[in-house]
Amino acid sequence: MAEPRLIEISPVTRVEGHGKVTIHLDAAGEVDEARLHIVEFRGFERFIRGRLLWEVPVIVQRLCGICPVSHHLAAAKAMDMIVGVDALPPTAEKMRRLMHYGQVMQSHVLHFFHLAAPDLLFGFDAAPERRNIFEVLKDQPELGRRAIAMRRFGQEIIEATAGKKIHGTGAIPGGINRNLPLETRDALLAQMEDMEAWSMDALALARDYTLEHAGIIGSFAAFGSNYMSLVREEDGALDLYHGALRALTSTGEPIFDKLDYTRYAEKLIEDVRPWSYMKFPYIKTLGSERGWYRVGPLARMNTVDFIDTPKAEAARQELRDITAGRPQHAILANHWARMVEVVHCIEKVRELLNDPDLQGTDLVAKGERRREGIGVIEAPRGNLIHHYEVDENDQVTYCNLIVSTTHNNEGLNRAVKDVAVSHLSGRREITEGMLNHVEVAVRAYDPCLSCATHALGQMPLRVELYDAEGGLVAERIRDH
Amino acid sequence: MLVIGYGNPGRGDDGLGPAFAAAVGAIGPPEVEVSVDYQLTVDHVLEIADRDRVLFVDADVSLTVPFALTPLAPSRCGNLTSHSLSPGDVLALSQTLYGTVPEAHVLGIAGERFDRIAEGLSPAAARNLDLAIGWFVEWTGAPAKNPSRA
Repeated sequence: MAEPRLIEISPVTRVEGHGKVTIHLDAAGEVDEARLHIVEFRGFERFIRGRLLWEVPVIVQRLCGICPVSHHLAAAKAMDMIVGVDALPPTAEKMRRLMHYGQVMQSHVLHFFHLAAPDLLFGFDAAPERRNIFEVLKDQPELGRRAIAMRRFGQEIIEATAGKKIHGTGAIPGGINRNLPLETRDALLAQMEDMEAWSMDALALARDYTLEHAGIIGSFAAFGSNYMSLVREEDGALDLYHGALRALTSTGEPIFDKLDYTRYAEKLIEDVRPWSYMKFPYIKTLGSERGWYRVGPLARMNTVDFIDTPKAEAARQELRDITAGRPQHAILANHWARMVEVVHCIEKVRELLNDPDLQGTDLVAKGERRREGIGVIEAPRGNLIHHYEVDENDQVTYCNLIVSTTHNNEGLNRAVKDVAVSHLSGRREITEGMLNHVEVAVRAYDPCLSCATHALGQMPLRVELYDAEGGLVAERIRDH
Repeated sequence: MLVIGYGNPGRGDDGLGPAFAAAVGAIGPPEVEVSVDYQLTVDHVLEIADRDRVLFVDADVSLTVPFALTPLAPSRCGNLTSHSLSPGDVLALSQTLYGTVPEAHVLGIAGERFDRIAEGLSPAAARNLDLAIGWFVEWTGAPAKNPSRA
């Protein structure tokens, strides 16, 4: 009788940050347990304590090298609340929105073309030497050049609105510290036609891939869950920068809606498990087993009533038609959802660049000081919550961050288990291609594990296979 | 020549690369441009694609000498993250996308404290930085206005 085994994939590659996947096989070779572990933790929430409220929107950008703008804006929104500002001057809000659309667009493009494309274009089972970005670029170098140009466009928007492309200072408590000069606006507008055309091409690529591979996508870790995101409060439209919280069941029934995000703690609670540094949030009223939920681009496609830009709305409807308007659960449809959002961001960028409010001079509002502030936005990977308390000396005394990958923690673990059971159970030999299926499931969430553990810098992520006696029988470590 | 100094100045000696780039920028040798960043990303592919020479400068945890210069060839790893690329990845992407590969080196500068969340170099890293800057001034033949830490 064969001995039980354990698989470890380590590091899981082409995800942000590093972690570890372990898969335990029983004596019959069936998957007994599969988990995504986070292997390093540094307490950023503790690090923030004692810092002055004014510096928090800048410091929190060190949480993440790929979406610092998301943390910058979520922290700034929390600090708006602390300085007593509930409504920003139009110029300030629109500059922040422009910054955010630039960030989401470039993040999605980079993920799609440089991280996901090898799996999508060559297949999950393709030889590793074939299944990498350089082979993609050899086949389709124009895709790579466009991705870099779109990334640069997003970075130019960030630099114009935040002051610097990394660790900007644009958003300040109560507003923004700059407007958009006309020459900068015109330089960005001059690139819009290319960006619009390329975003539609990228959308078509993701849509066609999804439709052509409907069989695989419909069965690959495609399980139901609850979904949560911000939506625009008055009409339920997609709003990446501001709104109220909405959570739906896997069949689209409301769990809560129009929830002021400052009341998030009334609905959400974070569970701790001994084998992971990353917490497991769930909806209190449903309990941990039924109350877990997912966030991110596909979750947003499921929660919103519509998108207020025409091309993105047409694309959203096409995506929704596949499931006859019900929530879409196939995680690989996330790639399509990301490209819908890229089109939306590009449409919004043009709308904003043509808005004279961006040249306004009323940049900062003032209000009556409060002790507590909560800022929530929809980051590229999903909902992002920043929560602070500040004392009379303007020093932070409490900080709680719930980042997108933490919201998705249970979903990530269930995806790993689902794919491991489907592709590894009962197999005599575990191939590299089988292990890559597990990584594909992780990558579909575009997890940012550095953020999720509030760590600075990089963390390695591994995948390991163990037998029932705890012996390591296979592991995957790609040194990079 | 383009000098790209990268690292996180908020993590102790990980700031060696940016500190080197800042010092070289202050010295201002002719025909040397400086770029500072948190990490290498695809943005740097565009920066290097039309250069003749590139020097990547990073902190190094493994060195037994104050600094070391290593010739660099394009990587074939292909397992990119969008958080960061290796210098070899940047070269390989330039080669693949634009058909150009500049002459490139990596300058590693020895650091010893990376685990703390704080700005500022350790005394040993600061000494190594000064030595590396002194070497760079000789290597490029640049007049040293202020060959010390920025």
